[in-house]
Amino acid sequence: MLEKNPVIFIILAFVVIMIGTSVTMIAPFKWINGPGDRIAEVKPYTPLQQEGRDLYMREGCNNCHSQTVRTLASDVERYGYGGSYSKSGEFVYDRPHLWGSRRTGPDLAHIGLKFPDPNGAWHRKHMANPQSVVPASNMPSYAFLNKALDTTYSERKMKLLGFPYTQADLDELKGKSEMDAIIAYMRKLGTDIPVKKVEAPAVVSAQSNPFTDLKAIEEEAEALYKKHCASCHGEKREGTLGPALKGSAKPEAELFKLIAQGVEAKGMPGFSGSLDEQKIWKLVTYIKLDAK
Amino acid sequence: MSAPTRYFDDSVKGFITWSIIWGTISVVVGILISLQLAWPQLNVAPYLTYGRLRPIHTNAGIFGWGIGSFIGLFFYITQRLTKTSLWSPGLARVTLWLFNIGIASAAVTLAMGINRTKEYAELEWPLAVVVAIIWVLFSINVFMTIFKRKEEQMYISLWYIMAALVGVTVLYVVNNLGVPLHLFKSYPIFAGTNDANVQWWYGHNAVAMVLTAPPLALFYYFLPKVTGNPIFSHRMGIIAFWSLIFMYLWTGAHHLLWTPVPDWIQTLAMAFSIMLIAPSWGAVMNGYLTMNGRWDQMKTNYLVKFLITGITFYGLQTLQGPMQSIRSFSAFIHYTDWVPGHVHMGTLGWVSMIIFAAVYYTTTKMCETEIYSVKLADTHFWLVLVGQLIYSITMWIAGVQQGSMLLATNTDGTLHYSFMETMIAIMPYYKIRAISGIIYLVGLVLFIYNIYKTYQKSAVSQTAKA
Ligand code: HEC
Ligand code: HEC
Ligand code: HEM
Ligand code: HEM
Repeated sequence: MLEKNPVIFIILAFVVIMIGTSVTMIAPFKWINGPGDRIAEVKPYTPLQQEGRDLYMREGCNNCHSQTVRTLASDVERYGYGGSYSKSGEFVYDRPHLWGSRRTGPDLAHIGLKFPDPNGAWHRKHMANPQSVVPASNMPSYAFLNKALDTTYSERKMKLLGFPYTQADLDELKGKSEMDAIIAYMRKLGTDIPVKKVEAPAVVSAQSNPFTDLKAIEEEAEALYKKHCASCHGEKREGTLGPALKGSAKPEAELFKLIAQGVEAKGMPGFSGSLDEQKIWKLVTYIKLDAK
Repeated sequence: MSAPTRYFDDSVKGFITWSIIWGTISVVVGILISLQLAWPQLNVAPYLTYGRLRPIHTNAGIFGWGIGSFIGLFFYITQRLTKTSLWSPGLARVTLWLFNIGIASAAVTLAMGINRTKEYAELEWPLAVVVAIIWVLFSINVFMTIFKRKEEQMYISLWYIMAALVGVTVLYVVNNLGVPLHLFKSYPIFAGTNDANVQWWYGHNAVAMVLTAPPLALFYYFLPKVTGNPIFSHRMGIIAFWSLIFMYLWTGAHHLLWTPVPDWIQTLAMAFSIMLIAPSWGAVMNGYLTMNGRWDQMKTNYLVKFLITGITFYGLQTLQGPMQSIRSFSAFIHYTDWVPGHVHMGTLGWVSMIIFAAVYYTTTKMCETEIYSVKLADTHFWLVLVGQLIYSITMWIAGVQQGSMLLATNTDGTLHYSFMETMIAIMPYYKIRAISGIIYLVGLVLFIYNIYKTYQKSAVSQTAKA
């Protein structure tokens, strides 16, 4: 019968594929993005951020960058930047989702926490020429984004997506470049949910630095520096986006505090979330005593 | 006795020719993007950056080479299996035109950055509509041919073809649902985690309905044709078919393990992925047992080599895939180069091997002549095999190496390697992969030359006859 009637066959095949589809694809609509998933702090995109998001899609950044911090400890440690793993509620305004399937480059779900600088100086330099910041990077140069942003559809996008916006939000678009938009998007990622900052010890006296002998820790400190600091202070600490860090004249306690808490408004991130006290002290010793 | 049925093969030839052209473009772009990963200076212009070229590569591969040749070859085998001529050769011609317009516009718009970013559903809505129309026209033609068939029994191949017709339609339409902003931009109706879940329900079943069911239909048809051995077990084919199309639809979330997608969906995906080994190997064993007692054909018949190597890679692919669906293993290799290793064992080792065999066979039949050079076909076989093996093996090594570096921690629980250290470690493999692509391309060129010469040969002998 089945082997003889193509109409019945097609109907049956349809029914069979709809079983798994109903359970794993249709039924979940009932729960996902429902009230249980909502996170009050998560805000929709502003017109500028949404333009940036659309540019991210146009350039296919998702082919190299994922946007989900998985629940694995190593993911949270590497890409959480002080925040937690990704929750469903963080993505309710994402149409489409941009989780990606490859990490040719690092995850960007919380990249806004990693580079808090409101001017996006690091991004600007990096996007225009990634290798000038991270020499071995294989990310393409996006200097061509330094051109005027097309805002023809910005307002209509807000309406279509149902996002609230004000005249001030629209005015913010004036005179912006595509680069500004994509950086505005990068700066928003991961920053809605407040992150608990580990407070740097309130009073740090010079004596509390346990590392007085540079030789003993130099190798380790240099590695830490290369990993966390070189992209802004230069491979040789000569100073690029941030100032030179060779034999700093600042007192040790102040250096400790600077590194731990950062100067976010000026583009220096705080490292208390990603580096423990011992490591910060090692870096202090390194930049204070090593003047080569 | 009625006169023998006349088969319409013009569109078969047309689809095969164009699919080879798009396939070659996919491979050339594949080589270019693999070079760009090693030498980023090769991102020379906005429309030639990696982020825009990679979707061109995957779309030209899956839609241009895969679907293009399946349409052609399905027109071919449906007519033979039903002993009926194609329902509408005119419609087939229109479908071919639309197909080429569609794929060419896809390449152009993707280069311009018009991209929905959902993998294998990147095309913006006007083109998605064109793709849907192409598929429906093709489906109607095949279905009507089956409907008015003269051979009552429907052979297994026709089952897989019909499942693909329905399956692809449902998947493609749902994953493309969106609201247009203007002609070149739309936003999906699904958001965030929902969108991800729909995407990978689609993504994995694109593997089922495009990269598994159609090549299986070809395999079941061409293996008996090429070897002269009847298929080992029709009943095993039936059981494997229904369980395959039942189970596949549950497994999409194995692409989303450890993400915010609800745990129970992930667990179901994991369980069904492992169960999928059974129906997948049902087909593999059916193939192997068909060869029972005739294994000498592996040496004597160049087409058997392609088919049996292809089904062997399918077998390996369907063991590796379930392994990747296990949470702990996924934690290790997800996001790494291991996955492109898996992908290209499937697309190059399985899908392309079967298409090569089918194209050689149908070309000689349609041209009513022997292949121009068996020796060349043998060389082609070895080059594409070696190219693919180097590709997959280097990427598996790179994936394991990067995966273990990314997870390595110090005694205090902090991470041992920075992201960049892991990337520098796998750079050499990226360079080897580019070379493997070039080896593959050389094989592909020999294939094209051989097919071209076979056509030429038959044209000469036909004019001689006339
Ligand atoms: C060929 C793959 C590739 C593409 C395409 C790509 N990137 Fe990258 N990206 C990388 C790699 C590799 C790194 C790590 C090295 C570096 O910082 O340059 C990186 C780093 C980054 C970083 C810094 C991440 C961090 O944790 O320090 C940001 C931000 C970024 N990319 C944004 C983008 C944006 C926005 C786009 C699209 C316009 C893009 N990338 C396209 C590969 C890519
Ligand atoms: C994203 C870029 C960035 C990174 C990464 C970064 N810095 Fe900075 N840093 C800056 C900027 C910008 C300033 C200048 C802030 C200001 O003007 O107050 C700065 C200032 C400083 C200062 C104060 C220098 C002075 O003399 O005033 C110290 C010390 C410092 N950084 C140490 C570090 C260390 C140690 C690391 C690595 C753990 C690091 N920075 C990583 C951008 C960065
Ligand atoms: C031999 C020539 C080929 C080369 C050199 C090549 C190269 C590549 C490269 C560099 C990528 C990106 C991998 C990454 O994300 O890091 C890729 C992805 C991909 N290629 Fe190919 N490719 C080739 C042939 C093909 C063919 C013929 C097909 C299809 C039939 C194909 C299908 C795909 C798919 C589906 C992906 C996406 C994989 C994923 O998302 O993980 N490739 N290829
Ligand atoms: C039982 C069968 C199979 C199972 C369970 C399976 C499982 C998987 C899993 C778990 C992934 C995701 C890997 C990751 O990102 O961590 C994957 C990716 C992929 N598989 Fe398979 N696989 C199977 C068969 C096949 C076959 C036959 C093909 C044919 C070519 C194939 C093609 C692909 C492609 C193209 C991707 C990449 C998707 C992307 O990330 O863009 N798979 N598979």
